[in-house]
Amino acid sequence: MPRVGVYVCHCGKNIAGVLDVKRIVREVAKEEDVVVCKDYPFMCSSEGQRLIAEDIRRHNLDRIVVAACSPRTHEPIFQEALKRAGLSPFFLEMANIRDQCSWVHEHEKELATDKAIRLVKAAVAKARLLEEIRVEKISVKQSVLVIGGGVAGITAALDVAKAGFKVYLVEKNSSIGGHMAQLDKTFPTLDCSICILGPLMVEVATHPNITLLTYSEVIEVEGYVGNFKVKILKKARKVDETKCTGCLLCMEKCPTRVPSEFDRGLGERKSIYVPFPQAVPRVPVIDTEHCLYFTKGVCRLCEKICPVKAINYEQEDEIIEIEVGAIIVATGYEEYDPRKVPEYGYGMFTEVITGLQLERLASSFGPTRGKILVPGKNKEPQRVAILACTGSRDEKNLPYCCRVGCMNALKHAWYIKHSIPGATIYVIAPDVRSFGKGYEEFYRRIRSEGVILIKGRASEVHRSPEGCLGVYVYDPSLDEVLVLKVDLVVLEMGLVPNPASEKIRDVLKLSKSTDGFFLEVHPKLRPVETSIEGVFICGCAQSPKDIPDTVAQASSAAMKAVELLAKGYVESVPYVVSVDEETCSGCGICVSVCEFNAIEIVEKNDRRVAKVNTALCKGCGSCAAACPSGAIEQAHFTREQVLAMIKALAR
Amino acid sequence: MKPKILVLTCTYCSYAGADIAGVSKIQYPPSAYIVRLICSGREEALFALEALREGFDGVLFTGCHIPYDCHFISGNFKARARVALLKKLLSQLGIEDSRVRLEWISASEGDKFAKVVFEFTRELEEMGSLPKFRKISELGVEEHD
Repeated sequence: MPRVGVYVCHCGKNIAGVLDVKRIVREVAKEEDVVVCKDYPFMCSSEGQRLIAEDIRRHNLDRIVVAACSPRTHEPIFQEALKRAGLSPFFLEMANIRDQCSWVHEHEKELATDKAIRLVKAAVAKARLLEEIRVEKISVKQSVLVIGGGVAGITAALDVAKAGFKVYLVEKNSSIGGHMAQLDKTFPTLDCSICILGPLMVEVATHPNITLLTYSEVIEVEGYVGNFKVKILKKARKVDETKCTGCLLCMEKCPTRVPSEFDRGLGERKSIYVPFPQAVPRVPVIDTEHCLYFTKGVCRLCEKICPVKAINYEQEDEIIEIEVGAIIVATGYEEYDPRKVPEYGYGMFTEVITGLQLERLASSFGPTRGKILVPGKNKEPQRVAILACTGSRDEKNLPYCCRVGCMNALKHAWYIKHSIPGATIYVIAPDVRSFGKGYEEFYRRIRSEGVILIKGRASEVHRSPEGCLGVYVYDPSLDEVLVLKVDLVVLEMGLVPNPASEKIRDVLKLSKSTDGFFLEVHPKLRPVETSIEGVFICGCAQSPKDIPDTVAQASSAAMKAVELLAKGYVESVPYVVSVDEETCSGCGICVSVCEFNAIEIVEKNDRRVAKVNTALCKGCGSCAAACPSGAIEQAHFTREQVLAMIKALAR
Repeated sequence: MKPKILVLTCTYCSYAGADIAGVSKIQYPPSAYIVRLICSGREEALFALEALREGFDGVLFTGCHIPYDCHFISGNFKARARVALLKKLLSQLGIEDSRVRLEWISASEGDKFAKVVFEFTRELEEMGSLPKFRKISELGVEEHD
């Protein structure tokens, strides 16, 4: 007979404030096989865990039910407690009476207590039937895949590499650097962005532990934590990386001109190009959509001029296959499409630009060599309106805060003030959120330098009769609608997940939050882990954030990957299926539903029966549900256990 | 008494979604009972039939959004096919097929979880409770081999 111990947690007032814990204990104590039934203020505390261990020894308990919060967060903690007391961790069953009871039925205390009693009884019913599960140790591949070569991916890659593990850094563009490479300066210190990023980019390229794969995309991931098999598509650069010396003569001679993506459409590049002078690797790529040779079959100038014969028009895409133990996703962000906020006239007036476009104008290696000129007019603006919070914190567009728009607006005001001292600058912001270290001080500094701050949101941008732009804004302190006459409007766009992240999401099966960014397991306790074990997220892939937070989180993701690799092993999936060969008819339906090729039909004693390869089984239980003879059982989720729970809940 | 609902969830999406409803304190009727499985592919028709026989008024199958959210690739499609067949079976048995419902709930959709429970509860209220099933042996009818 099983000997069950039941522990009901108060979770302070979280549970006990709604549920009658004493009544739960009284009712559950009457259940068959329940030897001990207790309540305690905080079961997860050291004292709570000690209580379980002590009872296991004293009362010879062999099944434990903890009625508390969600097994998603606390099951590992209590499993460890069982282990320490010498009991198999799989003899634990949790009843979720907090997240799925007390918190969601706060106003129906009686009914909620009735429900909790049933939930705990159901857990007892299952616990009585729990069986021992054997897990194996599986070794972890000693390498990490980092997806995305922005500052998050760069930081994570370097941290893992410096810890002594092999790293594959995959970047879809021809150079690493991400958005940070496009910035002129960073707030609040006004550091030169490329000066702090550039050396890290070079370090990535030269670190012996890092294999850098640019112009490449992850197209397939198989396997599981510790043993991922990854397929990477390395797109043809048409330039031999091993020969190219980065002299860029080809780029100089190329006769075509194409709008530069790196300069956000404000400048031009060639068809054979590196996106910016500090690009890593400094190996150009041929844009076959615009190259004269690929479009019209003429030219081949680059081939003629290249001193080392690195141009190879015949070069083809390559598929690279690697095996890694962990994956770090750092796919970053994109600016929200300014055309989706049509009232500000982006795309209609050349004088309306986004924050990133201003960064390119201010950059010494941008299209204007650092001179801030109004696009289309080639004149320095004398009056500028900077609209913070464009698209952000707006139910019609993005409901969330971009966390960088306010500070970018202040920084951009400084750019203009610094290069055109006489300019009049308006920063229009619903409020200025200067929450970080040194941010409030920066805000005061910008105010003291004569930038005009208006609290509110601009309603519209018009062409004014004088030829300049008119920005309409309601100023609550004056209770008046102002019309600001300006030469340039800068939109601080909200941030959205990088569009390429959707593909990665499909490949890795990651969850996303309602805002579209990757979902972490727990926002506070496990902020870089995902529901896929061994896959970590960091930077703007997880949520909008500034550079300091991005770098901190990237290091955190690197640490998690290193933790996994350094431990060296993971435990096999415990909840695998098994076949009762007596009842199996060998029909093969299970084979057809298994996505992981874990089941085959074999001949045994002149009968056809299903055979499970537990190394391949992922433990979804689809075959168990599909088996018409009920011959397949999933460990920890057996038919008998689930039906016992349903019966207990129905009572 | 509100109609009693059995909610079958997967671990990665819908169970997490129900947890998020809790964390966000989004309220729903206490007559919904969650049983967690690993994947919606494990949500067996038998569980629903037993639940209805044992006294539940409705069964809610839940899983990750189709097409690509399922962590086990296609458990959600299997659940969808199974629920469609189960609905047919129920109507053949003379039971309203709307007593079984299928919903996709992601790990962040706590509000959707609560909304679905409310809606389903209202629908089941309109249907009224399910007559008690009895086993053939209880009817006093002789069973034939």
